[in-house]
Amino acid sequence: MKKLLLGDEAIAQGAIDAGLSGVYAYPGTPSTEITEYIQDSPVAKERNIHRRWSTNEKTAMEAALGMSYMGKRALVCMKHVGLNVCADPFVNSGMTGTNGGLVVLVADDPSMHSSQDEQDSRFYGKFAMVPTLEPSNQQEAYDMMQEAFDLSEQLHLPILMRVTTRMAHSRAVVQIKEESRPQNELNYNAQASNWVLLPAFARKRNDIVTAQQPLLEQMAVDSKYNQYIDGKDHKLGIIASGIAFNYLMECYPDGCPYPVLKISQYPIPKKLIRRMTDDCEFVLVAEEGQPFIEDQVRGVMPGNAVIKGRLTGELPRTGELNPDFLKKALGIANGESYAPCEDVTPRPPALCQGCGHRDVYTALNEVLREYPNARVFGDIGCYTLGFLPPYKAIHSCVDMGASITMAKGASDAGQWPAVAIIGDSTFTHSGMTGLLDAINENADITVIISDNLTTAMTGGQDSAGTNKFEAICKGLGLSEDHLKVVNPIPKNMPEITAAIREEINYHGVSVIIPRRECMQTLQRHLKQKKAAEKK
Amino acid sequence: MKTDIILCGVGGQGILSIATIIGEAAMKENLYIKQAEVHGMSQRGGDVQSNLRISSNPIASDLIPLGGADVIISMEPMEALRYLPFLSKDGWIITSSAPFVNIPNYPDIETIKADLNKVKNVIVLDIEQAAKDNGVPRSANVILLGAAQKALGIEYDKLEDAIRRVFGRKGEAIVEANIKALAIGREAQK
Repeated sequence: MKKLLLGDEAIAQGAIDAGLSGVYAYPGTPSTEITEYIQDSPVAKERNIHRRWSTNEKTAMEAALGMSYMGKRALVCMKHVGLNVCADPFVNSGMTGTNGGLVVLVADDPSMHSSQDEQDSRFYGKFAMVPTLEPSNQQEAYDMMQEAFDLSEQLHLPILMRVTTRMAHSRAVVQIKEESRPQNELNYNAQASNWVLLPAFARKRNDIVTAQQPLLEQMAVDSKYNQYIDGKDHKLGIIASGIAFNYLMECYPDGCPYPVLKISQYPIPKKLIRRMTDDCEFVLVAEEGQPFIEDQVRGVMPGNAVIKGRLTGELPRTGELNPDFLKKALGIANGESYAPCEDVTPRPPALCQGCGHRDVYTALNEVLREYPNARVFGDIGCYTLGFLPPYKAIHSCVDMGASITMAKGASDAGQWPAVAIIGDSTFTHSGMTGLLDAINENADITVIISDNLTTAMTGGQDSAGTNKFEAICKGLGLSEDHLKVVNPIPKNMPEITAAIREEINYHGVSVIIPRRECMQTLQRHLKQKKAAEKK
Repeated sequence: MKTDIILCGVGGQGILSIATIIGEAAMKENLYIKQAEVHGMSQRGGDVQSNLRISSNPIASDLIPLGGADVIISMEPMEALRYLPFLSKDGWIITSSAPFVNIPNYPDIETIKADLNKVKNVIVLDIEQAAKDNGVPRSANVILLGAAQKALGIEYDKLEDAIRRVFGRKGEAIVEANIKALAIGREAQK
């Protein structure tokens, strides 16, 4: 059966067809669509595959590990920075090993189309000493999912699968199986000597995992996803990984004259790389992300071949690759094209018309005019756009939850007023622990939880803490006198500005919750209601 | 055959719906397809674009090289010009004429129109007005598609079939509105 699928959708279908029992994830571009596809899948419904969003990537990873512990197959999905959030359980899942197959799917974002950085998840695979797979196209992504689960169950290790934006969010026709294979049965094979990481056991596991590395490398050498394609001209050899392989093939529609080593499985296949460096005078490394392969190939010692790539300027050091960069590196002239039009101006994203965050920033800015040294620590979500004109309201945005904790640190340093603005989903993701710190120390900060009842930037997914925020804040020890809930609409400006002013002047922890549904999800719900009423 | 298409506009204008129709038609013809798009922050009123490649031979790159696009289909005139370096010298720009002014420094529309007229092959249509005039206000994007049909290398009736399949579950009224819009587009580009 053929289907036109996004890379993300191919991964999701592949996991279902591989006998998945649960997907655990937090929304994050460009990985969000994987879980959404499974949520919409009739087979997933029929098989009762777990498919609800987790509060953050760490809880997702740990829950998936629990499912694997019981012998069933689990998939964890996240964007690249999400792997930072679940690094603890991820690395230690390499130590415990797995029972049921466990695949960790990370979607990197070179050129940061929608992220704070362009970190390369392949380093994490190496760091945790587990195999990493990097499909080059949508068909490979689908096929690799079953291989990943099988590999995981063979090696008893989690498998990291890494994709990037341009494949995750690109559609192609994919050949999929007619039937999904069955899920695993529950079993009690997990041994405490693997799963209880007391030092005595952990040391043994570490020795086992370390000793397994040569096997993982041999598997990469033998992998059908790593191909050495010889060429006539041995002056140059090209190593191309993931989607960089596509850009290379785009340059040579009639076939590449130079030897090509396609890498889609790690650890890097040293034997195949040595063949190329022995054979060729120059080796160009084309990889999407940071110079992960290039650095390892070049090493410290001079080798036989001269290595060229991102570190030598043939390819750009930062940002995503594209066919034009490859052409330039290979000395292939571009055909004629138009010059850029100088009259075109940038059109940055903006908060939607009618968005509640707009009213929050309007109120906040009005009050903070009275406090010229005020600092507003922002966070990750649609409201990050409050940095742009006309609001220019925030002074920092670093990572999920940093608004509250940075505000507290700034306050510890003597800053006043120290204001934090955070969204509802980000608050439950990693704001609660920071708020607890602040309350325990009676920090002088004002926290605004701008609650639009959804995880908006990624497309409006369910938010873990909806209807629970007041109880959470009180449960953490916040005084009811300094917990205020407001409705962010223009006519409430006097009430809202008064609340903000009052809480800034209270020298302890305050939480203000402006609450109004996101315009996008509101419209969607109204449409659904209309459609339901018609029936 | 091969057609490399850049679809562009402002977030929310319905560009991806056009891409879906073309993709559906191409798949029925057993053509190879790759369609890349950017989600997330790009959608919030910012510029959006999709690289859509269709071919009778396997396609390598999801992204179109500079000077490689055969057509730029744009819901917004300035956005069409943003991708000018990707257009082949003989390529076509088919664009809406109505500026979407959601930024303070939007250039003078006459400058934009002049820049568009410098392009060898260009069609500029007031699709919003045409949509209103013909009672299909929500199908301006499909009018644009109708105007672009010749440049796409896909037969007209194949696009019509694709519209029926794509919009089928939304009901007969919506299907007919879009079929009508496609025809208006075809008429307009003559």
